[in-house]
Amino acid sequence: MIADSSGNRIRNNILTLASLALLAAFLWLAPKYLDGYKVRIINLIAINAILGLSLNLIYGMAGMFSLGHAGFMAIGAYVSALLILTPEQKSMMWILDPIAPWLMDLHAPFYASLLMAGILAAFFGWLISLPILRLGGDYLGIATLGFSEILRILIANLTSITNGPIGLKGIPAHTSLWVSYGCLLLFLAAVIRLMKSNFGNVIRAVRDDEIAAKTMGVNTFRTKVLAFTIGCFGAGVGGALMGNIITTIDSKMFTITQTYNILMIVVIGGLGSITGSILGSVIITTMLEWLRFVENPITIGAFRMDGKPGMRMVIFSLLLVAVIIFRREGIMGMREFSWDWVLSRPAAVRNRLASGGTPKGGD
Amino acid sequence: MALNMFLQHLINAVGLGSLYGLIAIGYTMVYGILRLINFAHGDIFMLGAYFVFFATIRYKLPWALGVIIAVAGAILSGLLVDLIAYKPLRNAPRISALISAIGVSFFIENASMVAFTAKPQAVIQPKQLVEAFSVGGVRFVPLNIIVPVISFILVGMLLWMIYRTKQGLAMRSISHDIETTRLMGVSVNRIIALTFAIGSGLAAVAGIMWALRYPKVEPLMGFTPGFKAFIAAVFGGIGSIPGAMLGGLALGFIEIMSVAFFPTLSGYKDAFAFVLLVIILLVKPTGLMGEKLEDKI
Amino acid sequence: MRKLALAFLVCFLFAGGAFSADDVIKIGFYNCLTGQNAFGGQLELEGVQLAHKQFPEILGKKIEVVVIDNKSDKVEAANAVTRLIESDKVNVIIGTYASGLAIAGGEVAEVARVPMLGTSCTNPLVTQGKKYIFRTCFIDPLQGAGAAAYAYRDLGYKKAAILTDVVSDYAVGLAKFFKDNFAKLGGEIVSEMRYQSGDTDFTAQLTEIMSKKPDVVFLPAYFAEGAIILKQARELGAEFRFMGGDAMDNPEMVTLGGDAIEGFIYTGFAYAPDMPNMNDVAKKFTEDWYKEYKKDPNGNAALGYDSYILVLDAIRRAGSAEPEKIRDALEATKDVLTVTGTTTFDADHNPQKDIGILEIKGGKKVFVGTVVP
Repeated sequence: MIADSSGNRIRNNILTLASLALLAAFLWLAPKYLDGYKVRIINLIAINAILGLSLNLIYGMAGMFSLGHAGFMAIGAYVSALLILTPEQKSMMWILDPIAPWLMDLHAPFYASLLMAGILAAFFGWLISLPILRLGGDYLGIATLGFSEILRILIANLTSITNGPIGLKGIPAHTSLWVSYGCLLLFLAAVIRLMKSNFGNVIRAVRDDEIAAKTMGVNTFRTKVLAFTIGCFGAGVGGALMGNIITTIDSKMFTITQTYNILMIVVIGGLGSITGSILGSVIITTMLEWLRFVENPITIGAFRMDGKPGMRMVIFSLLLVAVIIFRREGIMGMREFSWDWVLSRPAAVRNRLASGGTPKGGD
Repeated sequence: MALNMFLQHLINAVGLGSLYGLIAIGYTMVYGILRLINFAHGDIFMLGAYFVFFATIRYKLPWALGVIIAVAGAILSGLLVDLIAYKPLRNAPRISALISAIGVSFFIENASMVAFTAKPQAVIQPKQLVEAFSVGGVRFVPLNIIVPVISFILVGMLLWMIYRTKQGLAMRSISHDIETTRLMGVSVNRIIALTFAIGSGLAAVAGIMWALRYPKVEPLMGFTPGFKAFIAAVFGGIGSIPGAMLGGLALGFIEIMSVAFFPTLSGYKDAFAFVLLVIILLVKPTGLMGEKLEDKI
Repeated sequence: MRKLALAFLVCFLFAGGAFSADDVIKIGFYNCLTGQNAFGGQLELEGVQLAHKQFPEILGKKIEVVVIDNKSDKVEAANAVTRLIESDKVNVIIGTYASGLAIAGGEVAEVARVPMLGTSCTNPLVTQGKKYIFRTCFIDPLQGAGAAAYAYRDLGYKKAAILTDVVSDYAVGLAKFFKDNFAKLGGEIVSEMRYQSGDTDFTAQLTEIMSKKPDVVFLPAYFAEGAIILKQARELGAEFRFMGGDAMDNPEMVTLGGDAIEGFIYTGFAYAPDMPNMNDVAKKFTEDWYKEYKKDPNGNAALGYDSYILVLDAIRRAGSAEPEKIRDALEATKDVLTVTGTTTFDADHNPQKDIGILEIKGGKKVFVGTVVP
């Protein structure tokens, strides 16, 4: 049935290009026909997808349990904001302590600030990875969490650099759909290439059996450091985009709850699946917003129920637990999206119907 | 620093640390057996505090009865959480159970917010517990002495149970090798349930004492103590019960003494604890008293 | 059974966005209804709801208040305001408690050119450089100066200590303004201690402060935390006075703090249910509040109520519900009688209001008077 592989590849490439064009059309049309609130959610989906992907690279693909994502996001968000803010804005904002003089005139355009956000987050990631990647399992998670918390306390205390708990405001809203999806696609392409390369095989080998990989002569430590650093780069860029869409940041935004949110995206999507992280981001981000209606007063016929604050998260958490119990590997498991799989669906369904039942694991 | 001031700080530290320790035991027991960070534990602690609040302050029941109701309520909640959210995931990857734990924690916090409202409620302390007295320039509040004493007695009883009873033997055995233990004819699920029950009961006791010591209850009151107790459990060596108590005391000591000795750096108080945590993990990943645990993946 | 459940669910889902009509003026209200600041947001909501009940119409049109929770979280606050503007198409926005959240929401409203009236966000940055953002409350520099002046001049305290929450923008800001003003007047700051939101044990900081023997400790905390701190200080045998800011104004504080908060003094919005010489608006508010909710109102409740009144006043003067016109009318707000005094916006969109001094006496909040920094 299946044509030769080169024919397939051409077909798949055409399909990929077509869907990219579709996405571009959507991004072009969305701001024209959807209201700003929906556009914002669509933006957040892309940002969360970048954050999910970067955590997935660290945890899902390289097997390093990290609970420090919020910390790297904070680095990115602050670096980007401090670079974008103009000296006039800075001179008004630091009402607690005067701003550090070297910071005053530091200024960069948006794209450069995004890059710097990623690079500095990656640099700090690399720096702390050197000592703590020797730890394994949950201990690594706790150490990264500790690092993230230390960073948060530093941000609150170093007022002359970060403006302390008051945070930064008036960050220009640079994050448009083109920017966030552009970043997502670039990062996505990079991750896909990386995972398809030899390095991807090495990463997976290290995750599945580090000792075996070591005996095969792989420098497992360097591999892990590299994966961690790239992941932190993504977190930094994601954090910067986040700051640029909310336009104000402070240390309270980057608590462990932020890390949980991203972890949720990764696990619900499917640990180790690139497609999963993107799906997870779509689902978690829209769900959190869409569920808001349960907190509005609701009228059904003659009934009128007052909205109960907190109800949204009650329902969300129940759904979360239900999904994880009934689909413990997440939506995608470790699988990936591919055109071959999609195109084989109709045939698979036909086969299943023809065999007159629902055989388990038939495909 | 004057001696009486140091002693004052020391008393404060023991009072705080023993509460951290009591909560930390619940984390450490569940982790020891299931390798699961039970993020909902801090919320069970909160529920315990609320139960005693409702029983004694709202419905004016005697304190003894209130304590029994709170402990029983917390044990029931702990068992329910295990039954609904963790048991179906026993053979799943550990991360699935972790996400389930985060989900349960969100659920308990928000459901409490819906049920009890977000408003902090005052807990009226029995007078004799807070009537302070001075000895040589050091202030003692009876509660501050009672809390560590009760904590140590409970830990003593727990250790006796773990090392001197059949159930305790089964628990230790499960933490080493769950499959073999099952083959030996131990009802593993029942022992796991017992572990959750003990951990939740202790969390409730801690919640009650917490509500008396810092006299208010609110739906999010479990978050920070739970988080800190978890850190304490890792500090002491996760999986080890004396370690949890020691970790709790150590954390209380660090928090108080960092402020006492470096008053100008009091804003960095929690950073001290985390820096020490990371250093301990690097030097001795298993914590102060922990044994090497195999990662069960 | 299953079908029935499904049908019910579908009804449930569609009920959410069912209402919309042209002859309605929509006021968006976003505030902390859950999360760490929920106690304040809830009271402000009740204040707005009371005002809405009394004045449900303007310009012959019905007013609808669209309420959204911001979960005491910045991202949620920005989302909430976006949603109010874009999905609910509100004409004007009221909210919120907590300056950080008001800043996040304000950025969105500013870009969308929809006027926003902050309720109890006292940090100067909220309205700084903003065209569309106003607020009903006074600002922290004024409050800090008032507190310092009262402590130094009226009470004669010369040595002060400060205890602040290091991650709270409110606490750190207010502490700074108190400190600067107290020092300017000639007072001495003998100790500055910090803690972090979520802490419940403050014995270390208090023991340290006690060793420095201050006359007064300035504590710009939220009421629940503040009450616990006062309690611990008394347990430790501290004898100095405590002073706080507007966030301590909550009916629950007395229940929480018990005997320990006796003599506690704080600056607040110039309203208390027992204040003498109440103006007519405040009188009506107090009466109706007790009728409606059967509990004590406080400054936040009054600010919620006032915000609604100010918005209504602006719409009436504008003669239109167009956001741009409401903004212009808000800017021209002058001598409007509100519960917390007469409101006039200055060039930075902040009202120059009296600062109330309140004291806990005999287990009750007593309005001492007002202070001019």
